[in-house]
Amino acid sequence: MHSDPASLQASIRKYVMIGAALLVFTVITVAVNRVHLAVPFAITVALIIAIMKGSMVAAVFMHLSNEKKWIYGALLLTVIGFAILMTVPMFTLMDSIGKPQPAIGVGEHAPGH
Amino acid sequence: MNIPYTVEERPDSGLANGKLGIWLFLASEVMLFGALFSTYIILRTGATEWPHGELSVPLGAINTVLLISSSVTMVMAWAMLKLHNFGKHRLYLIATFVLAGIFLVNKYFEYSDHLTRGEGPAHSTFLAIYFTLTGLHGLHILGGMIVMAYFIGPGAKLWKQNPDQFTNRIEYTGLYWHFVDLVWIFLFPVLYLL
Repeated sequence: MHSDPASLQASIRKYVMIGAALLVFTVITVAVNRVHLAVPFAITVALIIAIMKGSMVAAVFMHLSNEKKWIYGALLLTVIGFAILMTVPMFTLMDSIGKPQPAIGVGEHAPGH
Repeated sequence: MNIPYTVEERPDSGLANGKLGIWLFLASEVMLFGALFSTYIILRTGATEWPHGELSVPLGAINTVLLISSSVTMVMAWAMLKLHNFGKHRLYLIATFVLAGIFLVNKYFEYSDHLTRGEGPAHSTFLAIYFTLTGLHGLHILGGMIVMAYFIGPGAKLWKQNPDQFTNRIEYTGLYWHFVDLVWIFLFPVLYLL
């Protein structure tokens, strides 16, 4: 992060512009919700906007666009851990334990028998 | 004995200790909220029906605007210290504190509206995850406000003794605050809109 006054003034202008963009994106999120889109499309649009807003906060306000490699290293581990956490629900969805199995009729054999 | 590397950067990492420390803390916070978001996905995909329109979208949107504005004032508070303008820094930090306070007041009205209608966490799976996620987030807001109150009050003395260390402390507070804002950016659509 530069600390000379000219660079700081430029950064301040950037902070205000990003803040305004975040507010505009919030309005868009609410407006899209009022259109009553199909649920999968509405989820996709809302999450894309949220990811864009989150990226702007992280890159500009948290200065992640210009950080040291140790910070990026710590964040890489976080991203891997977070991806694992988000994968857990997929295993739950694929899990068939406790779900009713199709009945096997008389004279039929279960696969593998 | 002075604590080393509070201002100067470590030769190995190129970072002050506090900076790496706050990022590692934020990494653990990502895991905490990530586990809860993961729980939300499991509960939602496993539910036969999921309520819509239970929460006030205008109130949620106002709270989003409040937190985004507080993130701007927070980063401005830090930038003013870099410009050696302590007076403006203080104003921006107070503004951040006030915006956070209004957020919590809104949340109080939202919670009390649900609770007076008998819609506590035990009422439904949706309200259980709603109160868990927003309650934990609210506690983070409260934690941030306590830190800000310290730097508005007794902690401000450090500016006269060691301005660089004070500036670093405000930067770390800001990183935490932006993270709290970032979590809400995802909580708002997930709980209020979808």
